[in-house]
Amino acid sequence: MSGIRLFIDFGSTFTKVVAIDVHREELLARVQAPSTVATDITVGLEEAFALLSEEVPISRAEREQAVACSSAAGGLRVVCVGLVPEYTTEAGRRAALGAGAKIVGSHSFELTEDELREVEEEAPDIVLLTGGTDGGNKKVILHNARALARSGPGVTNIIVAGNKTAYDDLREIFASSSKNVIFAKNVMPGIGDLAVDSANQKIRELFISRITEAKGMGQVRRSIGDIIMPTPAAVLEAARLLADGTKDTPGRGELLLVDVGGATTDVYSMAKGLPTQGTVKFLGLPEPYAKRTVEGDLGLLHNVDTLTEIAKGERVPVGFEETVQAMCRTESVPAGERQVECHLLLSHVAVRAAVDRHVGSLKLMMTPHGEVVVQRGKDLTEVEWVVGAGGPVAFSSDPKRVLEGALFHDDAPTLLKPKGPRMLLDRHYVLFALGLLAQSEPGKALSLMNKYMVQV
Amino acid sequence: MSEQVTVITGTVGVDAHVIGTKVISRALRDAGFNVIELGAQTPADEFIKVGQETAAHAMLISSLYGMAELDLSGFRDKCVEAGLDEVLLYVGGILGVGRTDFAEDQRKFTAMGFDRVYPPQADIRAAIGDLRHDLTRVGVTAE
Repeated sequence: MSGIRLFIDFGSTFTKVVAIDVHREELLARVQAPSTVATDITVGLEEAFALLSEEVPISRAEREQAVACSSAAGGLRVVCVGLVPEYTTEAGRRAALGAGAKIVGSHSFELTEDELREVEEEAPDIVLLTGGTDGGNKKVILHNARALARSGPGVTNIIVAGNKTAYDDLREIFASSSKNVIFAKNVMPGIGDLAVDSANQKIRELFISRITEAKGMGQVRRSIGDIIMPTPAAVLEAARLLADGTKDTPGRGELLLVDVGGATTDVYSMAKGLPTQGTVKFLGLPEPYAKRTVEGDLGLLHNVDTLTEIAKGERVPVGFEETVQAMCRTESVPAGERQVECHLLLSHVAVRAAVDRHVGSLKLMMTPHGEVVVQRGKDLTEVEWVVGAGGPVAFSSDPKRVLEGALFHDDAPTLLKPKGPRMLLDRHYVLFALGLLAQSEPGKALSLMNKYMVQV
Repeated sequence: MSEQVTVITGTVGVDAHVIGTKVISRALRDAGFNVIELGAQTPADEFIKVGQETAAHAMLISSLYGMAELDLSGFRDKCVEAGLDEVLLYVGGILGVGRTDFAEDQRKFTAMGFDRVYPPQADIRAAIGDLRHDLTRVGVTAE
Protein backbone atom coordinates (compact mmCIF):
# COMPACT_ATOMS: atom_id res chain seq x y z
CA MET A 1 0.00 0.00 0.00
CA SER A 2 1.27 3.43 -0.86
CA GLY A 3 2.04 5.80 1.95
CA ILE A 4 0.04 8.61 0.42
CA ARG A 5 -2.84 9.88 2.53
CA LEU A 6 -5.28 12.56 1.58
CA PHE A 7 -6.94 14.91 4.05
CA ILE A 8 -9.84 17.19 3.21
CA ASP A 9 -11.26 20.23 4.93
CA PHE A 10 -14.71 21.21 3.66
CA GLY A 11 -14.70 24.87 4.64
CA SER A 12 -17.44 27.41 4.14
CA THR A 13 -15.32 29.22 1.54
CA PHE A 14 -12.73 26.73 0.33
CA THR A 15 -12.38 22.98 0.09
CA LYS A 16 -8.77 22.18 0.92
CA VAL A 17 -6.95 18.96 0.18
CA VAL A 18 -3.59 18.01 1.65
CA ALA A 19 -1.53 15.05 0.39
CA ILE A 20 0.96 13.53 2.79
CA ASP A 21 3.40 10.66 2.33
CA VAL A 22 3.29 9.11 5.78
CA HIS A 23 6.10 6.62 5.11
CA ARG A 24 8.56 9.31 4.14
CA GLU A 25 6.91 11.82 6.48
CA GLU A 26 6.61 14.36 3.76
CA LEU A 27 4.04 16.94 2.75
CA LEU A 28 3.46 16.36 -0.97
CA ALA A 29 0.95 19.05 -1.89
CA ARG A 30 -1.78 21.34 -0.65
CA VAL A 31 -4.51 22.72 -2.89
CA GLN A 32 -7.83 24.45 -2.52
CA ALA A 33 -10.89 25.09 -4.64
CA PRO A 34 -14.02 27.11 -3.87
CA SER A 35 -16.54 25.13 -1.83
CA THR A 36 -19.79 24.34 -3.58
CA VAL A 37 -22.03 23.87 -0.56
CA ALA A 38 -25.10 25.52 -2.05
CA THR A 39 -25.26 23.15 -5.01
CA ASP A 40 -23.33 19.93 -4.66
CA ILE A 41 -20.26 19.89 -2.46
CA THR A 42 -18.77 17.08 -4.62
CA VAL A 43 -18.14 19.56 -7.44
CA GLY A 44 -15.70 21.63 -5.37
CA LEU A 45 -14.00 18.50 -4.14
CA GLU A 46 -13.56 17.15 -7.68
CA GLU A 47 -12.03 20.46 -8.66
CA ALA A 48 -9.62 20.29 -5.73
CA PHE A 49 -8.70 16.71 -6.62
CA ALA A 50 -8.05 17.81 -10.21
CA LEU A 51 -5.72 20.54 -8.97
CA LEU A 52 -3.99 18.07 -6.71
CA SER A 53 -3.34 15.52 -9.46
CA GLU A 54 -1.48 18.23 -11.37
CA GLU A 55 1.06 18.23 -8.54
CA VAL A 56 1.07 14.62 -7.40
CA PRO A 57 -0.42 11.47 -8.95
CA ILE A 58 -3.25 10.10 -6.79
CA SER A 59 -5.02 6.80 -7.14
CA ARG A 60 -8.69 5.97 -6.77
CA ALA A 61 -7.93 3.94 -3.65
CA GLU A 62 -6.23 6.92 -2.05
CA ARG A 63 -9.22 9.10 -2.79
CA GLU A 64 -11.57 6.53 -1.32
CA GLN A 65 -9.57 6.47 1.88
CA ALA A 66 -9.36 10.22 2.28
CA VAL A 67 -10.31 11.49 5.73
CA ALA A 68 -12.11 14.80 6.11
CA CYS A 69 -13.24 17.42 8.54
CA SER A 70 -15.92 19.97 7.80
CA SER A 71 -17.12 23.39 8.77
CA ALA A 72 -19.28 23.73 5.67
CA ALA A 73 -23.04 24.31 5.71
CA GLY A 74 -22.81 26.50 8.80
CA GLY A 75 -20.53 24.19 10.78
CA LEU A 76 -21.79 22.12 13.67
CA ARG A 77 -24.53 24.36 15.08
CA VAL A 78 -25.38 23.87 18.74
CA VAL A 79 -27.87 25.54 21.08
CA CYS A 80 -27.07 25.21 24.80
CA VAL A 81 -29.90 25.06 27.31
CA GLY A 82 -28.80 25.04 30.95
CA LEU A 83 -29.75 26.24 34.40
CA VAL A 84 -27.53 28.99 35.88
CA PRO A 85 -25.64 30.98 33.20
CA GLU A 86 -22.28 30.85 35.01
CA TYR A 87 -22.52 27.16 35.88
CA THR A 88 -24.29 24.45 33.87
CA THR A 89 -25.03 26.66 30.85
CA GLU A 90 -21.37 27.70 30.71
CA ALA A 91 -20.22 24.09 31.27
CA GLY A 92 -22.42 23.04 28.32
CA ARG A 93 -20.97 25.78 26.15
CA ARG A 94 -17.46 24.63 26.95
CA ALA A 95 -18.31 21.03 26.07
CA ALA A 96 -19.76 22.16 22.73
CA LEU A 97 -16.87 24.46 21.87
CA GLY A 98 -14.38 21.72 22.70
CA ALA A 99 -16.20 19.42 20.27
CA GLY A 100 -15.69 21.99 17.53
CA ALA A 101 -19.21 23.38 17.53
CA LYS A 102 -20.50 26.80 16.72
CA ILE A 103 -22.83 27.99 19.46
CA VAL A 104 -25.89 29.56 17.89
CA GLY A 105 -27.94 30.03 21.04
CA SER A 106 -27.66 29.87 24.79
CA HIS A 107 -30.53 29.77 27.28
CA SER A 108 -30.67 29.54 31.06
CA PHE A 109 -33.35 28.68 33.65
CA GLU A 110 -36.83 27.60 32.48
CA LEU A 111 -37.29 28.10 28.75
CA THR A 112 -40.11 30.49 27.96
CA GLU A 113 -42.40 29.92 24.99
CA ASP A 114 -40.61 32.72 23.14
CA GLU A 115 -37.24 31.13 23.78
CA LEU A 116 -38.55 27.77 22.63
CA ARG A 117 -39.75 29.38 19.35
CA GLU A 118 -36.29 30.91 19.03
CA VAL A 119 -34.64 27.49 19.38
CA GLU A 120 -37.04 25.98 16.82
CA GLU A 121 -36.37 28.75 14.34
CA GLU A 122 -32.62 28.48 14.84
CA ALA A 123 -32.98 24.80 13.84
CA PRO A 124 -29.65 23.76 15.36
CA ASP A 125 -27.94 20.46 14.58
CA ILE A 126 -27.91 19.67 18.29
CA VAL A 127 -29.55 21.00 21.44
CA LEU A 128 -27.29 20.37 24.44
CA LEU A 129 -29.49 20.13 27.52
CA THR A 130 -27.79 20.59 30.89
CA GLY A 131 -28.88 21.65 34.38
CA GLY A 132 -28.32 20.69 37.99
CA THR A 133 -25.50 18.90 39.73
CA ASP A 134 -25.98 15.15 40.27
CA GLY A 135 -28.62 14.94 42.98
CA GLY A 136 -29.28 18.66 42.61
CA ASN A 137 -31.93 20.65 40.80
CA LYS A 138 -34.29 18.50 38.70
CA LYS A 139 -37.15 20.91 38.22
CA VAL A 140 -35.59 23.08 35.52
CA ILE A 141 -34.12 20.32 33.34
CA LEU A 142 -37.46 18.47 33.45
CA HIS A 143 -39.32 21.64 32.45
CA ASN A 144 -36.92 22.28 29.58
CA ALA A 145 -37.10 18.64 28.45
CA ARG A 146 -40.91 18.82 28.31
CA ALA A 147 -40.65 21.97 26.22
CA LEU A 148 -38.12 20.44 23.84
CA ALA A 149 -40.09 17.18 23.59
CA ARG A 150 -43.11 19.02 22.19
CA SER A 151 -41.07 21.44 20.05
CA GLY A 152 -41.43 21.59 16.28
CA PRO A 153 -39.29 19.96 13.59
CA GLY A 154 -36.51 22.56 14.09
CA VAL A 155 -35.31 20.52 17.04
CA THR A 156 -34.03 17.10 15.98
CA ASN A 157 -31.07 15.92 18.04
CA ILE A 158 -30.89 16.44 21.79
CA ILE A 159 -27.91 15.53 23.95
CA VAL A 160 -28.67 15.45 27.67
CA ALA A 161 -25.76 16.10 30.03
CA GLY A 162 -27.34 17.23 33.30
CA ASN A 163 -28.43 15.97 36.71
CA LYS A 164 -28.30 12.17 36.47
CA THR A 165 -31.09 11.71 39.01
CA ALA A 166 -33.44 13.27 36.48
CA TYR A 167 -32.56 10.77 33.71
CA ASP A 168 -35.32 8.23 34.41
CA ASP A 169 -37.93 10.98 34.26
CA LEU A 170 -36.26 12.48 31.20
CA ARG A 171 -36.41 9.13 29.36
CA GLU A 172 -40.11 9.01 30.02
CA ILE A 173 -40.62 12.59 28.83
CA PHE A 174 -38.81 11.94 25.56
CA ALA A 175 -40.24 8.43 25.03
CA SER A 176 -43.28 9.67 23.17
CA SER A 177 -41.44 12.33 21.16
CA SER A 178 -39.82 11.81 17.78
CA LYS A 179 -36.55 13.45 18.85
CA ASN A 180 -33.23 11.65 18.70
CA VAL A 181 -32.17 11.85 22.35
CA ILE A 182 -28.73 10.82 23.59
CA PHE A 183 -27.64 10.72 27.21
CA ALA A 184 -24.14 11.76 28.27
CA LYS A 185 -22.68 12.22 31.72
CA ASN A 186 -23.36 15.43 33.63
CA VAL A 187 -21.12 18.35 32.56
CA MET A 188 -21.14 19.56 36.17
CA PRO A 189 -21.59 16.55 38.48
CA GLY A 190 -20.78 18.51 41.63
CA ILE A 191 -20.48 22.12 42.68
CA GLY A 192 -17.34 23.40 41.01
CA ASP A 193 -16.63 20.17 39.07
CA LEU A 194 -16.36 20.51 35.32
CA ALA A 195 -16.60 17.22 33.39
CA VAL A 196 -17.08 17.94 29.70
CA ASP A 197 -15.45 14.84 28.15
CA SER A 198 -18.54 12.64 27.92
CA ALA A 199 -20.77 15.33 26.36
CA ASN A 200 -17.91 16.31 24.06
CA GLN A 201 -17.60 12.68 22.89
CA LYS A 202 -21.35 12.31 22.27
CA ILE A 203 -21.40 15.51 20.21
CA ARG A 204 -18.57 14.23 18.02
CA GLU A 205 -20.23 10.82 17.60
CA LEU A 206 -23.48 12.43 16.59
CA PHE A 207 -21.65 14.63 14.12
CA ILE A 208 -20.23 11.54 12.41
CA SER A 209 -23.37 9.39 12.54
CA ARG A 210 -26.07 11.85 11.54
CA ILE A 211 -25.17 15.44 11.06
CA THR A 212 -23.01 15.41 7.94
CA GLU A 213 -25.69 13.24 6.36
CA ALA A 214 -28.42 15.71 7.32
CA LYS A 215 -26.42 18.56 5.81
CA GLY A 216 -26.54 16.99 2.37
CA MET A 217 -23.01 15.72 2.60
CA GLY A 218 -23.95 12.05 2.63
CA GLN A 219 -22.95 11.43 -0.96
CA VAL A 220 -19.56 13.05 -0.70
CA ARG A 221 -19.02 11.25 2.57
CA ARG A 222 -19.56 7.86 0.95
CA SER A 223 -17.23 8.72 -1.92
CA ILE A 224 -14.29 9.18 0.44
CA GLY A 225 -13.15 7.48 3.66
CA ASP A 226 -15.24 9.51 6.08
CA ILE A 227 -15.89 12.93 7.55
CA ILE A 228 -14.77 12.38 11.10
CA MET A 229 -15.03 15.69 12.91
CA PRO A 230 -15.78 19.39 12.64
CA THR A 231 -12.75 21.39 11.49
CA PRO A 232 -12.17 23.18 14.81
CA ALA A 233 -12.04 19.79 16.53
CA ALA A 234 -9.30 18.70 14.10
CA VAL A 235 -7.30 21.82 14.93
CA LEU A 236 -7.86 21.19 18.63
CA GLU A 237 -6.58 17.62 18.24
CA ALA A 238 -3.50 18.95 16.45
CA ALA A 239 -2.88 21.45 19.25
CA ARG A 240 -3.28 18.71 21.84
CA LEU A 241 -0.74 16.49 20.07
CA LEU A 242 1.71 19.36 19.67
CA ALA A 243 1.51 20.17 23.39
CA ASP A 244 1.31 16.70 24.91
CA GLY A 245 3.19 14.54 22.39
CA THR A 246 2.71 10.79 22.19
CA LYS A 247 3.66 8.08 24.64
CA ASP A 248 7.01 7.75 22.87
CA THR A 249 7.81 11.37 22.05
CA PRO A 250 7.29 14.29 24.39
CA GLY A 251 5.36 17.30 23.14
CA ARG A 252 6.35 20.93 23.35
CA GLY A 253 4.49 21.71 26.53
CA GLU A 254 1.72 24.17 27.28
CA LEU A 255 0.66 26.33 24.37
CA LEU A 256 -1.78 28.87 23.02
CA LEU A 257 -2.93 28.57 19.40
CA VAL A 258 -4.64 31.32 17.44
CA ASP A 259 -6.45 30.49 14.21
CA VAL A 260 -7.48 33.61 12.33
CA GLY A 261 -10.06 33.15 9.62
CA GLY A 262 -12.25 35.10 7.29
CA ALA A 263 -15.31 34.96 9.52
CA THR A 264 -14.05 34.08 13.01
CA THR A 265 -10.94 33.92 15.13
CA ASP A 266 -10.55 30.77 17.21
CA VAL A 267 -8.25 30.50 20.20
CA TYR A 268 -7.17 27.19 21.75
CA SER A 269 -5.16 26.72 24.90
CA MET A 270 -3.58 23.51 26.06
CA ALA A 271 -2.69 24.52 29.59
CA LYS A 272 -3.89 24.04 33.14
CA GLY A 273 -4.03 27.81 33.61
CA LEU A 274 -3.76 27.67 37.39
CA PRO A 275 -2.57 30.77 39.26
CA THR A 276 1.18 31.22 38.84
CA GLN A 277 1.48 33.29 41.99
CA GLY A 278 0.77 31.57 45.29
CA THR A 279 -1.35 34.33 46.79
CA VAL A 280 -3.98 34.40 44.04
CA LYS A 281 -7.45 33.05 44.78
CA PHE A 282 -9.31 31.30 41.93
CA LEU A 283 -13.02 32.01 41.46
CA GLY A 284 -15.64 30.65 39.09
CA LEU A 285 -16.06 27.40 37.19
CA PRO A 286 -12.80 25.40 36.83
CA GLU A 287 -11.19 25.68 33.41
CA PRO A 288 -10.71 22.73 31.03
CA TYR A 289 -7.10 21.87 30.12
CA ALA A 290 -8.02 21.89 26.42
CA LYS A 291 -10.04 25.04 25.97
CA ARG A 292 -11.41 26.59 22.80
CA THR A 293 -13.08 29.95 22.44
CA VAL A 294 -14.39 31.38 19.20
CA GLU A 295 -14.92 35.01 18.40
CA GLY A 296 -17.68 35.22 15.81
CA ASP A 297 -17.28 38.97 15.43
CA LEU A 298 -13.57 38.91 14.62
CA GLY A 299 -13.00 37.89 11.03
CA LEU A 300 -10.80 39.42 8.38
CA LEU A 301 -13.31 39.19 5.57
CA HIS A 302 -16.93 38.73 6.53
CA ASN A 303 -17.08 41.00 9.55
CA VAL A 304 -14.09 43.22 9.24
CA ASP A 305 -16.11 46.16 10.62
CA THR A 306 -15.55 45.15 14.26
CA LEU A 307 -11.81 44.90 13.67
CA THR A 308 -11.73 48.21 11.85
CA GLU A 309 -13.49 49.84 14.80
CA ILE A 310 -11.02 48.40 17.32
CA ALA A 311 -8.07 49.35 15.12
CA LYS A 312 -9.28 52.95 14.86
CA GLY A 313 -8.59 53.27 18.58
CA GLU A 314 -4.88 53.34 17.81
CA ARG A 315 -2.47 54.70 15.25
CA VAL A 316 -3.64 53.72 11.79
CA PRO A 317 -2.00 54.47 8.46
CA VAL A 318 -3.36 57.25 6.25
CA GLY A 319 -6.43 56.22 4.25
CA PHE A 320 -6.94 53.18 6.48
CA GLU A 321 -10.68 52.73 6.07
CA GLU A 322 -10.69 53.21 2.29
CA THR A 323 -7.87 50.71 1.92
CA VAL A 324 -9.69 48.12 4.06
CA GLN A 325 -12.86 48.55 2.02
CA ALA A 326 -10.97 48.15 -1.23
CA MET A 327 -9.30 45.01 0.11
CA CYS A 328 -12.59 43.42 1.16
CA ARG A 329 -14.26 44.16 -2.19
CA THR A 330 -11.71 42.08 -4.05
CA GLU A 331 -11.82 39.23 -1.48
CA SER A 332 -8.26 38.31 -2.35
CA VAL A 333 -4.83 38.52 -0.80
CA PRO A 334 -3.75 42.08 -0.01
CA ALA A 335 -2.04 43.84 -2.91
CA GLY A 336 0.35 46.76 -2.65
CA GLU A 337 2.19 48.21 0.32
CA ARG A 338 -0.84 49.99 1.75
CA GLN A 339 -3.11 46.96 1.74
CA VAL A 340 -0.39 44.76 3.19
CA GLU A 341 0.13 47.24 6.02
CA CYS A 342 -3.59 47.45 6.79
CA HIS A 343 -3.98 43.69 6.60
CA LEU A 344 -1.13 43.25 9.07
CA LEU A 345 -2.70 45.72 11.45
CA LEU A 346 -6.12 44.05 11.25
CA SER A 347 -4.65 40.57 11.76
CA HIS A 348 -2.70 41.82 14.76
CA VAL A 349 -5.84 43.39 16.23
CA ALA A 350 -7.84 40.18 15.61
CA VAL A 351 -5.24 38.10 17.46
CA ARG A 352 -5.02 40.60 20.29
CA ALA A 353 -8.77 40.96 20.85
CA ALA A 354 -9.43 37.21 20.59
CA VAL A 355 -6.64 36.31 23.03
CA ASP A 356 -7.76 39.08 25.41
CA ARG A 357 -11.14 37.37 25.58
CA HIS A 358 -9.69 33.86 25.89
CA VAL A 359 -7.31 34.36 28.79
CA GLY A 360 -8.23 34.86 32.43
CA SER A 361 -7.89 38.08 34.34
CA LEU A 362 -6.92 39.29 37.79
CA LYS A 363 -8.89 41.60 40.02
CA LEU A 364 -7.66 43.25 43.18
CA MET A 365 -9.92 43.16 46.24
CA MET A 366 -9.36 44.94 49.54
CA THR A 367 -9.79 43.01 52.78
CA PRO A 368 -8.78 43.72 56.39
CA HIS A 369 -5.81 41.43 55.71
CA GLY A 370 -4.60 43.59 52.89
CA GLU A 371 -5.05 43.09 49.19
CA VAL A 372 -6.35 39.82 47.83
CA VAL A 373 -5.91 39.02 44.16
CA VAL A 374 -8.74 37.09 42.54
CA GLN A 375 -8.33 35.18 39.28
CA ARG A 376 -11.10 34.22 36.88
CA GLY A 377 -10.27 32.16 33.80
CA LYS A 378 -6.90 30.72 32.80
CA ASP A 379 -3.51 32.13 33.74
CA LEU A 380 -1.52 31.65 30.53
CA THR A 381 1.40 33.93 31.40
CA GLU A 382 3.84 31.03 31.51
CA VAL A 383 2.85 29.00 28.45
CA GLU A 384 5.89 28.11 26.40
CA TRP A 385 4.52 28.45 22.89
CA VAL A 386 2.22 30.67 20.91
CA VAL A 387 1.16 29.05 17.65
CA GLY A 388 -0.27 30.89 14.67
CA ALA A 389 -2.63 29.26 12.16
CA GLY A 390 -5.16 30.26 9.52
CA GLY A 391 -4.64 32.02 6.21
CA PRO A 392 -4.18 35.61 7.43
CA VAL A 393 -1.38 34.47 9.78
CA ALA A 394 0.16 31.62 7.78
CA PHE A 395 0.51 33.66 4.61
CA SER A 396 1.27 36.97 6.32
CA SER A 397 4.33 38.98 5.35
CA ASP A 398 5.15 39.48 9.02
CA PRO A 399 3.62 36.67 11.11
CA LYS A 400 5.69 37.59 14.15
CA ARG A 401 4.07 41.00 14.33
CA VAL A 402 0.61 39.47 13.95
CA LEU A 403 1.25 36.95 16.74
CA GLU A 404 2.63 39.61 19.06
CA GLY A 405 -1.03 40.50 19.61
CA ALA A 406 -1.20 37.36 21.75
CA LEU A 407 1.46 38.58 24.18
CA PHE A 408 1.17 40.07 27.65
CA HIS A 409 1.22 43.84 27.64
CA ASP A 410 2.12 46.23 30.46
CA ASP A 411 -0.82 48.44 29.50
CA ALA A 412 -3.22 45.67 30.53
CA PRO A 413 -1.39 43.94 33.41
CA THR A 414 -4.50 42.13 34.67
CA LEU A 415 -4.92 40.12 31.44
CA LEU A 416 -3.04 36.84 31.87
CA LYS A 417 -1.52 36.55 28.40
CA PRO A 418 1.76 34.73 27.63
CA LYS A 419 4.80 36.68 28.80
CA GLY A 420 7.78 35.15 27.07
CA PRO A 421 6.74 32.34 24.74
CA ARG A 422 8.48 31.16 21.61
CA MET A 423 6.42 31.39 18.45
CA LEU A 424 5.49 28.73 15.91
CA LEU A 425 3.72 29.11 12.62
CA ASP A 426 1.59 26.72 10.57
CA ARG A 427 3.31 28.08 7.49
CA HIS A 428 2.00 25.33 5.20
CA TYR A 429 -1.56 25.42 6.53
CA VAL A 430 -1.62 21.72 7.37
CA LEU A 431 -2.66 21.64 11.04
CA PHE A 432 -6.16 20.35 10.30
CA ALA A 433 -4.68 17.48 8.26
CA LEU A 434 -2.27 16.56 11.03
CA GLY A 435 -5.09 16.69 13.58
CA LEU A 436 -6.96 14.18 11.40
CA LEU A 437 -3.87 12.00 10.91
CA ALA A 438 -3.30 12.09 14.69
CA GLN A 439 -6.46 10.00 15.14
CA SER A 440 -4.85 6.98 13.51
CA GLU A 441 -1.12 7.66 13.58
CA PRO A 442 -0.20 10.18 16.27
CA GLY A 443 3.52 9.44 16.03
CA LYS A 444 3.64 10.26 12.31
CA ALA A 445 1.49 13.33 12.82
CA LEU A 446 3.81 14.63 15.51
CA SER A 447 6.98 14.22 13.45
CA LEU A 448 5.28 15.93 10.49
CA MET A 449 4.26 18.73 12.81
CA ASN A 450 7.79 19.16 14.05
CA LYS A 451 9.00 19.18 10.47
CA TYR A 452 6.50 21.62 8.97
CA MET A 453 5.73 24.04 11.80
CA VAL A 454 8.31 26.81 11.65
CA GLN A 455 9.60 28.97 14.47
CA VAL A 456 9.32 32.70 13.86
CA MET B 1 -48.63 20.55 59.31
CA SER B 2 -45.57 21.47 61.31
CA GLU B 3 -42.17 19.88 60.80
CA GLN B 4 -38.72 19.87 62.36
CA VAL B 5 -36.82 22.63 60.61
CA THR B 6 -33.16 21.98 59.75
CA VAL B 7 -30.80 24.93 59.85
CA ILE B 8 -27.09 24.97 58.96
CA THR B 9 -24.75 27.35 60.77
CA GLY B 10 -21.07 28.15 60.38
CA THR B 11 -18.39 30.68 59.61
CA VAL B 12 -17.48 30.77 55.94
CA GLY B 13 -14.05 30.75 54.26
CA VAL B 14 -10.90 30.78 56.33
CA ASP B 15 -12.49 32.88 59.05
CA ALA B 16 -11.63 31.39 62.45
CA HIS B 17 -14.04 33.50 64.54
CA VAL B 18 -16.26 30.91 66.13
CA ILE B 19 -18.03 32.58 69.06
CA GLY B 20 -20.80 34.24 67.04
CA THR B 21 -21.82 31.12 65.18
CA LYS B 22 -21.77 29.14 68.48
CA VAL B 23 -24.14 31.66 70.09
CA ILE B 24 -26.41 31.51 67.05
CA SER B 25 -26.43 27.70 67.07
CA ARG B 26 -27.24 27.56 70.76
CA ALA B 27 -30.10 30.01 70.42
CA LEU B 28 -31.53 28.16 67.41
CA ARG B 29 -31.35 24.82 69.23
CA ASP B 30 -33.05 26.34 72.28
CA ALA B 31 -35.76 27.61 69.96
CA GLY B 32 -36.44 24.04 68.77
CA PHE B 33 -34.58 23.95 65.45
CA ASN B 34 -32.51 21.00 64.25
CA VAL B 35 -29.12 22.69 63.97
CA ILE B 36 -26.25 21.35 61.86
CA GLU B 37 -23.26 23.17 63.26
CA LEU B 38 -20.35 23.36 60.82
CA GLY B 39 -18.29 25.68 63.00
CA ALA B 40 -15.40 27.86 61.91
CA GLN B 41 -13.54 27.88 58.58
CA THR B 42 -16.19 26.16 56.51
CA PRO B 43 -15.71 26.36 52.71
CA ALA B 44 -18.78 27.77 50.94
CA ASP B 45 -19.25 24.55 48.94
CA GLU B 46 -19.39 22.58 52.20
CA PHE B 47 -22.54 24.44 53.21
CA ILE B 48 -24.13 23.37 49.93
CA LYS B 49 -23.11 19.71 50.18
CA VAL B 50 -24.38 19.48 53.76
CA GLY B 51 -27.53 21.31 52.67
CA GLN B 52 -28.19 18.64 50.04
CA GLU B 53 -27.56 15.79 52.46
CA THR B 54 -29.78 17.19 55.18
CA ALA B 55 -32.45 18.85 53.03
CA ALA B 56 -31.85 21.98 55.08
CA HIS B 57 -34.42 24.76 55.14
CA ALA B 58 -32.04 27.60 55.95
CA MET B 59 -28.38 28.53 56.26
CA LEU B 60 -27.17 31.13 58.73
CA ILE B 61 -23.70 32.06 57.60
CA SER B 62 -21.32 34.13 59.70
CA SER B 63 -18.33 36.10 58.57
CA LEU B 64 -16.28 38.54 60.62
CA TYR B 65 -13.13 38.99 58.61
CA GLY B 66 -14.42 41.10 55.76
CA MET B 67 -14.04 38.60 52.95
CA ALA B 68 -17.61 37.33 52.79
CA GLU B 69 -18.22 38.85 49.38
CA LEU B 70 -15.34 36.83 47.98
CA ASP B 71 -16.15 33.64 49.87
CA LEU B 72 -19.81 33.75 48.92
CA SER B 73 -19.39 34.78 45.30
CA GLY B 74 -21.98 32.89 43.19
CA PHE B 75 -23.34 31.15 46.33
CA ARG B 76 -27.03 31.46 45.46
CA ASP B 77 -26.39 30.28 41.90
CA LYS B 78 -24.58 27.23 43.21
CA CYS B 79 -27.49 26.51 45.57
CA VAL B 80 -29.86 26.63 42.60
CA GLU B 81 -27.77 24.13 40.61
CA ALA B 82 -27.60 21.93 43.70
CA GLY B 83 -31.39 21.83 43.97
CA LEU B 84 -31.45 24.14 46.98
CA ASP B 85 -33.31 26.90 45.16
CA GLU B 86 -35.71 27.42 48.05
CA VAL B 87 -33.23 27.39 50.90
CA LEU B 88 -33.28 30.56 53.01
CA LEU B 89 -29.91 32.28 53.09
CA TYR B 90 -28.97 34.56 55.97
CA VAL B 91 -25.60 36.22 56.34
CA GLY B 92 -24.31 38.32 59.22
CA GLY B 93 -21.17 39.82 60.73
CA ILE B 94 -18.53 42.23 59.57
CA LEU B 95 -19.21 41.84 55.90
CA GLY B 96 -17.38 44.76 54.31
CA VAL B 97 -13.94 46.14 54.80
CA GLY B 98 -13.21 48.82 57.40
CA ARG B 99 -15.99 51.23 58.18
CA THR B 100 -18.27 50.44 55.29
CA ASP B 101 -21.85 51.46 55.46
CA PHE B 102 -24.18 48.61 56.54
CA ALA B 103 -26.83 49.75 54.06
CA GLU B 104 -24.24 49.19 51.34
CA ASP B 105 -23.50 45.65 52.62
CA GLN B 106 -27.20 44.94 52.80
CA ARG B 107 -27.75 46.05 49.23
CA LYS B 108 -24.77 44.05 47.98
CA PHE B 109 -25.67 40.77 49.68
CA THR B 110 -29.35 41.07 48.84
CA ALA B 111 -28.34 41.42 45.21
CA MET B 112 -26.24 38.26 45.66
CA GLY B 113 -29.41 36.38 46.60
CA PHE B 114 -29.36 36.46 50.41
CA ASP B 115 -32.75 36.70 52.09
CA ARG B 116 -31.53 38.53 55.20
CA VAL B 117 -28.39 40.48 56.02
CA TYR B 118 -27.42 41.38 59.61
CA PRO B 119 -24.90 43.82 61.08
CA PRO B 120 -22.45 42.67 63.83
CA GLN B 121 -24.62 43.72 66.78
CA ALA B 122 -27.82 42.10 65.55
CA ASP B 123 -30.05 40.39 68.11
CA ILE B 124 -30.29 36.65 67.47
CA ARG B 125 -33.82 36.58 68.92
CA ALA B 126 -34.96 39.04 66.28
CA ALA B 127 -33.26 36.95 63.61
CA ILE B 128 -35.05 33.82 64.81
CA GLY B 129 -38.30 35.77 64.58
CA ASP B 130 -37.39 36.66 61.00
CA LEU B 131 -36.63 33.02 60.29
CA ARG B 132 -40.01 31.81 61.54
CA HIS B 133 -41.69 34.49 59.46
CA ASP B 134 -39.73 33.63 56.29
CA LEU B 135 -40.34 29.91 56.78
CA THR B 136 -44.08 30.52 56.92
CA ARG B 137 -43.77 32.56 53.77
CA VAL B 138 -42.20 29.61 51.92
CA GLY B 139 -44.83 27.28 53.35
CA VAL B 140 -42.98 25.66 56.24
CA THR B 141 -44.42 25.74 59.75
CA ALA B 142 -41.76 25.18 62.37
CA GLU B 143 -42.56 22.95 65.30
